[in-house]
Amino acid sequence: MYDNPDLARTTVTRDIKIAAHGCQVFYGDTHAIKDVDIDIEDKTVTAFIGPSGCGKSTFLRCLNRMNDTIDICRVVGDIRLDGEDIYDKRVDPVQLRAKVGMVFQKPNPFPKSIYDNVAYGPRIHGLARGKADLDEIVESSLRRAAIWEEVKDRLDAPGTGLSGGQQQRLCIARAVATEPEVLLMDEPCSALDPIATAQVEELIDELRSQYSVVIVTHSMQQAARVSQKTAFFHLGSLVEYGETGHIFTNPTDPRTESYITGRIG
Amino acid sequence: MTDVPFTDASSGPARPARTGSLLEADARTRRRNAAEARFRLYGIAAVGVGLFFLAALLYAIFSNGIGAFQQTGYTLQVEFREDVLDKTGNRDLEDIKSVKTFAYSPLLRAAMLREIETHGIDTPLADAKVTGFSSPLDKLFSDGARSTLRDMVLADPSLIGQTVAVRILASSRVDGYLKGRVSRESIERDKNLDAVHLDLIDKLRDAGVATKGFNLAFITGPDASDARPEQAGLGVAMLGSLYMMIVVLLLSLPIGVAASIYLEEFAPQNRFTDIIEVNISNLAAVPSIVFGILGLAVFIQFVHLPQSAPLVGGLVLSLMTLPTIIISTRASLKAVPPSIRDAALGVGASKMQAVFHHVLPLAMPGILTGTIIGLAQALGETAPLLLIGMVGFIASNYPDGAISGFLAPNSAMPAQIYEWAKRADPAFYERAWGGIIILLLFLMTMNIIAIILRRRFERRW
Repeated sequence: MYDNPDLARTTVTRDIKIAAHGCQVFYGDTHAIKDVDIDIEDKTVTAFIGPSGCGKSTFLRCLNRMNDTIDICRVVGDIRLDGEDIYDKRVDPVQLRAKVGMVFQKPNPFPKSIYDNVAYGPRIHGLARGKADLDEIVESSLRRAAIWEEVKDRLDAPGTGLSGGQQQRLCIARAVATEPEVLLMDEPCSALDPIATAQVEELIDELRSQYSVVIVTHSMQQAARVSQKTAFFHLGSLVEYGETGHIFTNPTDPRTESYITGRIG
Repeated sequence: MTDVPFTDASSGPARPARTGSLLEADARTRRRNAAEARFRLYGIAAVGVGLFFLAALLYAIFSNGIGAFQQTGYTLQVEFREDVLDKTGNRDLEDIKSVKTFAYSPLLRAAMLREIETHGIDTPLADAKVTGFSSPLDKLFSDGARSTLRDMVLADPSLIGQTVAVRILASSRVDGYLKGRVSRESIERDKNLDAVHLDLIDKLRDAGVATKGFNLAFITGPDASDARPEQAGLGVAMLGSLYMMIVVLLLSLPIGVAASIYLEEFAPQNRFTDIIEVNISNLAAVPSIVFGILGLAVFIQFVHLPQSAPLVGGLVLSLMTLPTIIISTRASLKAVPPSIRDAALGVGASKMQAVFHHVLPLAMPGILTGTIIGLAQALGETAPLLLIGMVGFIASNYPDGAISGFLAPNSAMPAQIYEWAKRADPAFYERAWGGIIILLLFLMTMNIIAIILRRRFERRW
């Protein structure tokens, strides 16, 4: 199997981290997500692309039950994290969200110090045994988010005082501080300039070694740059899902082709 | 360029083309600019009218009320004669107590006559006869002056036999004469004072015996009966207001904040919560007297809490303040950006942790401001107090402790002002205005505290 390295690269099957089957989402009477089946792999960056309003963010928010906070939202179907149904009655969404971290479109650090921003998750989950341990978690999280060097001298400064790109990396540090297994990113670069975007993209690539990363993006170039797998959503349906290279060079569905060539969207 | 039409000329009438120089405004622009200039003028006029009324109000309050902070008195050398006050000479407190206030009148008259003599003042009153218990000289003194002397002696019996300089309150007519409230014309039909008295007062003032001094008793003292406006003070009513505000704060802040957090963050959005929301908004607009009659029916007639007690007043005002606090708290919770909640939930905080760790601290300035505004409103509220009996009596006793502070009959600042404004003597009218100055100072202080708290807690996100 490993005789031909090229072949091996494409046929390596990673573990399935999240498996969704027959997933439907309703906002009141609106049918926002229609029958989505998708297997998201571990230690992979999966990109969700599609025109605005196609449901990719909605689906992303189903994966850590952030949609629970919206009263009129109803999720049907089966979504499993490591084989466990996350919509089971016994599942506490709080525990789920500790395992499935999230980074939002707009950088949203707490109006507290940089240190407290990162330390908040470990504190409420009781991950640190004492102050020294917490310091270590904060440092390693900030290092993993590639922002440590920039903020190590001003951990007491407010997180809201950083630049946009720094804020977003701080949010990523905050998300990884709780040791999640999956990291969901909802257009993490849409509010950033190209330089900050490049930094975050580089970071996403590094995060892949430890996490399963799911990223929603409007930029097809970004999807092509950072992801291994790409899912194309259109009008609430999953149109096509496969290897990123395959989707961008040889899409099977005509709608995918129209979108990536810029004819719809 | 100018004569190129937007549409094909043959398909319909051509629109008028834009012509003319940019350097010169066309008619339409001129009309628009004129309309804007007019509107600015209306705005300035509206602000000006508002400021004028504010200035007129402040002028009225201060010109009428500032007099209450000064009171006329005489500095007299009073001889506490032993043969009057302690005939047995044994300084037994019981014997001294048996001497009634009436007996102190001759001491006052003697002290005044001595001043008249010392300063060589020529007045027919110097030879005035004492008929029965009274002398024309008595009209110079406050009715309370004699009991002031008696209280001094009872507190310190060693004064008997000595001559001591004492400041004696003048009667309210004398006080009014020196403040310009009473004139020689107005006393012609007034049996309380005659022209000879006024002549004497003029001379006493020139001699420095009758002087106006700062009236601390007005701020700290108890109310007085109709006949003694010169002694009336706001102190006891102030304590009544204080105890009421404690009740209001302790009840309406926790209940209001808890209710708003539940409604805003936890309650499902359905018809039932919609109805609650509408009703809270309506409650905020219910006339305060309705809360008063509710308090009368529920707290006094049904629960049998004591009448006129600050506890009941506080309960009624809490009912009134709750909607204000709930509405402002909900507004400030709404103003916290949802991204903060998302961020907290996203790292695995529970809903309650998200609210208490992140949302509530950000909403704090708004909540505190709303609370203080609500308290200030309650502090100035009179109508509900009328119905639970916090007016219409003399608030002359200081509560002797916290429990009686809450339960003993008392008044409140606005109710006391209302009470004074009702009384016939113009001296009370002056005190009503003075009370309003004190009330306004309290309200201003509270608003300043609200502003400081808002600045202190305000954070950007």
